[in-house]
Amino acid sequence: MKLRQLSTVLAVSVAAGFGGTISADAADTITVTSWGGSYSESQRKAFHEPFMAETGKTVLEDEWNGDLARVRAMVDTGNYQTHVIDAESGQLVAGCDEGLWEKIDYTALGFGPEDFLEGAAHECGVGNISWSFVFAYDKDQFPDGGPQNWADFWNVEKFPGKRGLRKSPKWNLEYALVADGVPLDEIYEVLGTEEGLARALAKLDELRPHVLWYETSAQPPQLLADKEVAMSSAANGRIYTAIVNDGQNFEIVWDSQAMDFDFWVIPKGHPEADLALEFIKFASRPERMGDQTNYVSYGPLRTAAVEYVNPDILPHLPTAPDNTVRWFKTDTQFWADNRESLTERFNVWLAQ
Amino acid sequence: MFAKVANPTAAFAPGSAELQVQLRRAERSKKIWALVLIAPLFLFLAVTFVVPIARTLFLSVENPELRDMMPDLAAALQAWDSDGTPPDSLVRTFAADVLTAHENRTLARVGKRLNFSISGFRSLLLKTARRMPPQDSPDLLAELTALDKRWGERRYWAALKQASTPYTVEYLLAAVDHQFNPDGEIVEKPPERSIYLTVLARTAWISFVVVTICLFLGYPIAYLLATIPTKYSNLLLLLLLLPFWTSLLVRTTAWLVLLQNQGVVNDLAIWIGLWDEPVQLIRNRLGVYIALVHIMLPFMVLPLFSVMKGISPTHMKAAASLGATPITAFLKVYLPQTLPGAGAGILLVFILTLGFYITPALVGGPSDQMLSQFIAFNASTAVNWGMAGALSLLLMVGVAIFFSIYSRLVGVRDLRLG
Repeated sequence: MKLRQLSTVLAVSVAAGFGGTISADAADTITVTSWGGSYSESQRKAFHEPFMAETGKTVLEDEWNGDLARVRAMVDTGNYQTHVIDAESGQLVAGCDEGLWEKIDYTALGFGPEDFLEGAAHECGVGNISWSFVFAYDKDQFPDGGPQNWADFWNVEKFPGKRGLRKSPKWNLEYALVADGVPLDEIYEVLGTEEGLARALAKLDELRPHVLWYETSAQPPQLLADKEVAMSSAANGRIYTAIVNDGQNFEIVWDSQAMDFDFWVIPKGHPEADLALEFIKFASRPERMGDQTNYVSYGPLRTAAVEYVNPDILPHLPTAPDNTVRWFKTDTQFWADNRESLTERFNVWLAQ
Repeated sequence: MFAKVANPTAAFAPGSAELQVQLRRAERSKKIWALVLIAPLFLFLAVTFVVPIARTLFLSVENPELRDMMPDLAAALQAWDSDGTPPDSLVRTFAADVLTAHENRTLARVGKRLNFSISGFRSLLLKTARRMPPQDSPDLLAELTALDKRWGERRYWAALKQASTPYTVEYLLAAVDHQFNPDGEIVEKPPERSIYLTVLARTAWISFVVVTICLFLGYPIAYLLATIPTKYSNLLLLLLLLPFWTSLLVRTTAWLVLLQNQGVVNDLAIWIGLWDEPVQLIRNRLGVYIALVHIMLPFMVLPLFSVMKGISPTHMKAAASLGATPITAFLKVYLPQTLPGAGAGILLVFILTLGFYITPALVGGPSDQMLSQFIAFNASTAVNWGMAGALSLLLMVGVAIFFSIYSRLVGVRDLRLG
């Protein structure tokens, strides 16, 4: 395995060394760019290796950190270093608006938006996994039953203890509205108005004395384990890792979870876009998507993939039936438009 | 130097001219050599320091997006006096340029710039481009307004005009909580959007408190170090410097472990019986002071130590023999001699603290964030380099003002940095 990784790295660096182009005659080699770590490893096992076995083509791996400037350089110079990129919804929307991604031809793929969760089949990218921003609590601190929803998160009489919240407006404003009784499908509509924003901040005001603001996504499991907080907002993968790998007694509350997706995208104007599409088609097969859950706790976005999901991990996936009773999709377009303005308001509010 | 040599040689009449030339030549080659020797350092400083800083500050006034990506519109906007509704020709140029920019996929970048002036402008532009009414429509503005009523508001067109000038003070204004109104007048931002002046004042106040604590804690330490035998003082100095060689992040995180509610300090205090409930020692202003003072203390002690080391102990003895009480001797004889060291320490600690950001972010509460955190946020998270540049300039001007007042009061020439 080590040797294999090394050879992949070598192959990528050699390719990059020779001007970075995967030359046209190497039509049986495809480069897939993703986020590294255990996430890339899950893709290697669920997609790359079976793809190589079935088609006889070679999959090279590359990593990125969401830097769209690098994609822009590829598209502007025609010097493509990758066929397929795993993008978060933020990069998907920004890159789509800036014309960095190929439009997806769903007829060629043989499936369409109706086979996916809503919003997961985008004109510029095919959704692959969902991850979720939820809240989790420490079961040791609530032996008689813990909080069940965001209204409980706000209820400090019934569930005493500090609350961990991320020091940024994204999701906090949404949660505040959810706790205040706004229906999930109206969150962004309400938040888009001045009164809605004031309402969210007023709701956050109630909780302010009990909030411990954290800075990075690695903090919530630590804060819970140290009993610095009784409950905290967090990315579901982080909490899952703490439960499974570190044996922590945490519980994720999935009610009104804020889901977000990752997408496969193809750099605009790629001469081998059909090859990229072939890979995406392969990786979107329900059994492949289901297989990925053997290696990572992110949910497949194709509805048919559910039956192939590892049953042990199912209760921990954002897309599991029990977890999607009440959920909403993070509105990336809304945040692309309003982030500066809302961050400004939020920072002023925080500093009061 | 040269003049001193030149004058006496003038007395030797016949050979003087030749000698002067020789001397000058020798001096010149020396100077050239000196320049060659410092050239690498000079180049290094220019490339890694002066140019990036100048570039960053320049970013705060640059306004290139609209001019680069919609040049015709920018020219038309410059010609418009921004009174009343935009003329039909302007609207048509706008429509044509929006479509071109949308085709070239540069519209989102223009939108990001305009979003800074009016939130939501980005999606307005993209939406308009996707559903642009036919170009030959008799009243294009009415069609646009029908598409989205915001096109009927003058402030959107005024914001476009603001974005069409080669340079802008919009970022600088925002850094001091001001903005343009649709008439192009500079007005204060509403209170729910004003933050940077408060943050600047807070940054200065935190720095001031840290300096004061460091001075009172550092002075006795430096005195002790300077007066005990060398073999002990070296060891103590090493202990003082040890944290210096530890990563800042490690030290900050260590404070988190020590001071948190279930941390070492709280557990110990409850066990001894000092207090019953965990006391909030961190994620508030107190935590910021503790962590910052810990980091800054060596910068205060070292200059003080080097000055105190040079003060002869006989001075105090002489004062005592002349009848001064220990306190009088200290105030009249010892303290004045240590002022250059204290002055240097104050300057160092104050300026370094002004720029701190990772420590307050980790150990501070929400109302303890300092200006550098907002610079980092704009530079890396929001990718608004104009705003980051403007805030950097604000911080630099703050430092410059402090430095000039300080040098007027204390005199920077007398400082001893150790």
